[in-house]
Amino acid sequence: MSTQKLRKERIDRGIKVRSDGLYALMSLRELSYLTLPRFVLIAGMLSLPFLMPDMYWQRVISIVCIYAILALSFDFLAHYVGLVSLGGAFFIGTGGYVAGILNSYYGIPPVLTVPLAAIIGGAICTLMLLPCLPLKGVYFAIVTLMYPLFMARIIEAFDLFGGTDGLAGIDSFSSAFAEQYLVICTVLIFLFGLRRFVTTDMGLIFTAVMDNDQAVKASGINITKYKALAVFIASSAGCMAGACLTHIYMWSGISQFALDFSILPIAATVIGGAGTLAGPVLGCFILVPVSELLRDFGTLRIVFYASVLVGFILFRSDGIMVFMQRKYEQFERWTKI
Amino acid sequence: MNQDMAEPILQMDKTSKSFGGVQALRDVSFDVFPGDVLGIIGPNGSGKTTIVNCITGFVKPTSGRVYFKGEDITGRQPHKVADLGVTRTFQIMRPYYSLPAYKNLVIPLFSPRAKRTGGWRGGGRLGNRQTIAIDILEEIGFERDSYIPFKKTSTLPTGYLKRLELARCLALKPEIIICDEVFSGLSMSEIASMVPLIQRLQDEGITIVMIEHRLRELFQVANRVMVLNFGQKLTEGTPTEVMADEKVKEAYFGSEEVEEVMIYA
Ligand SMILES: Nc1ncnc2c1ncn2[C@@H]1O[C@H](COP(=O)(O)OP(=O)(O)OP(=O)(O)O)[C@@H](O)[C@H]1O
Ligand SMILES: [Mg+2]
Repeated sequence: MSTQKLRKERIDRGIKVRSDGLYALMSLRELSYLTLPRFVLIAGMLSLPFLMPDMYWQRVISIVCIYAILALSFDFLAHYVGLVSLGGAFFIGTGGYVAGILNSYYGIPPVLTVPLAAIIGGAICTLMLLPCLPLKGVYFAIVTLMYPLFMARIIEAFDLFGGTDGLAGIDSFSSAFAEQYLVICTVLIFLFGLRRFVTTDMGLIFTAVMDNDQAVKASGINITKYKALAVFIASSAGCMAGACLTHIYMWSGISQFALDFSILPIAATVIGGAGTLAGPVLGCFILVPVSELLRDFGTLRIVFYASVLVGFILFRSDGIMVFMQRKYEQFERWTKI
Repeated sequence: MNQDMAEPILQMDKTSKSFGGVQALRDVSFDVFPGDVLGIIGPNGSGKTTIVNCITGFVKPTSGRVYFKGEDITGRQPHKVADLGVTRTFQIMRPYYSLPAYKNLVIPLFSPRAKRTGGWRGGGRLGNRQTIAIDILEEIGFERDSYIPFKKTSTLPTGYLKRLELARCLALKPEIIICDEVFSGLSMSEIASMVPLIQRLQDEGITIVMIEHRLRELFQVANRVMVLNFGQKLTEGTPTEVMADEKVKEAYFGSEEVEEVMIYA
C-alpha cells in the first residue's frame, strides 16, 4: 500500500492580485473586498457599547480599549522603530497622574485633561527616556521596565500626590457612553493613523532606523531626533490611555504603575500578530475579557496567560492576524505530489 | 588637479586613533583637493576604514584634526558631517534589507540636506521622493524596466548593493564621496561597468576618495594615490610614482600584483 502524499497549495485570490499596491479597482466587488475587513472592525467596535448586556461588561470594553492603545504603542515602537519598550506602565502611570493632578488640583474637566495628559505626559516620558535612546534591544527593554518601578517608589517615598492613597475624588466622564466612545474612537484613530503613518516617507525613516541605524546617520539624518519623535507618539498614546483610566476609576494612584500594563500588551501583540498593528488590538479583545472571566480563579489566571502565550509562540508564532489575513487573501487546497 | 591654486576641500592633520592597545592610525596627514580622485591603498588592517570613520564621525580620533573646507569637523556627529556633503559608503554594505531598493533612497532624500539641495539632480527643489529615487537608481545602473528597483533589497546581488551604497551618497547631492572598497566582491565585468560611473561622478565635480584593493581599476580613475601601512602613511603621489617606490613594493603584499600593475601603467 502506498501512502499518498499531499501538499497544501496556496493561491492568491484574483482580487488580491489586482488590488495589492495598484489600486485599479474594477468593480464594487473588488472595492468591498478591500474595505470589508476595515468596515467590520469599525462597525463592530462602534456597536460594542450597545451589544454589551450590563454595566460590568461595558466597563470591560473600556479596559480592553485602554490595553489596546498600549498594545498599539508597543507594536509601533517594537516593530516599526526597533525599540522594544516595556514602559506601558510608565506611560499609563504618567498619563494617569497628569490627568489626576490637572483635575483635582486645578479643576480642569476631563475633556481637557485627556488631551493635555497626552501632550504633557508624552513630553515627560520622552524627556525621561531621552538618555536611554542610544540603547538597543534588551537594554532598552530593561531600562523602560525600571521606570514605572522607580516612579512608584519615588511617589511612595516622598509622599507625593497623596502618596500611597493616591488622588481620589477625580471627576468621571459625563456618561458611560461618552467614556466608551472616547476610548473606542481613540483606539480606531490610533490604529488607522499609525497604519497610514508607517507607510509615509517619514514612517519609512523609522523602519530604516530599525533596519540599519548607521546607514541612516550616514544619510545625514539625526536618528536621536526620530527615535524621540517615535517615543513621543507612543508615550502620548499611552498617557492618553492612562488619563482615561484615571477618569474611569475616578482615582489615580501608584497601582497605575503596575507591571500588568507593561506585560499584557506584549502578550496581546504576540497573540494578535506582531507588526500588524491591528493584531495587537485583536489580541487585547481576546485576552482582557478572558482574563475577566477567569477573575474567580485569582492569581491562577497567570497560569492561563502563560500557557496561552507559550502555546501561541510555539504553534502560531505569527499571530492570529497574519493567519486570518492569509485565509482572506488566498485559497488553500490540497494537491497530490 | 591644480594643487597650488586650490584650497584643499578635505584635510586630515596628524590624526591618530587607537582602539585599546591597537594603534589603527598614527599621525596620518593628507589633503584632498576639489575634483581629485584620491586612491588610498594598503594591506588588510592598515587603517583605511578607520580613516573613513574618523572623517565621517563614526569614530572620534584619539588626536589630530579633520578639516572640511577649512572648517574643523573633528569628532562631529556622523549626520552633521553627512549634512555638509561629506558622504561615505560602507565596506560591509548597509542597505535597508526589509525595504524595496528604491525606498532605500527615500531615507537620504528625506534628510535636511536633500531638502535643501533637492537631491542629486535637483536644483534646490525636491519633488516626489519615490520618483526621484527611481531616477537615481536608473542613472546608477539599475534597469528600470526590469523591476529591479522594486525588488526587496535582501534579494539583490552584491553588485546592486554596492551601487545602492553609492546611490545613497548621491541622493544627498554630495561634495565628497568616500568609497570604501566599492569594487570588492564584484566580478570583472561589474567593475568594468562601475569605472565609467566613477569617472562620470568626477566629471560632475564630485571629489572622490577611493579605498581599493583592485589597483588596476583604481589607477584608471585615481589621479593621486596614498599608501598606508600599519596605520602610517608610507608615501603619496601619482599612481606611477607610487608604484615605483621601493618602500611600497616592500610593504605591499606579495609584490606580484604591484609589478603587474606597473607594466600595465
Ligand atoms: N571598532 C574597532 N574596535 C577595535 N579595533 C578596531 C576597530 N576598528 C578597527 N580596528 C582595528 O584597527 C585596525 C585597522 O582597521 P581598519 O578596518 O581600518 O583596516 P582596513 O585597512 O580598512 O582593513 P581592510 O582592508 O581589511 O578593510 C585593525 O587592526 C582593526 O582590527
Ligand atoms: Mg576596511
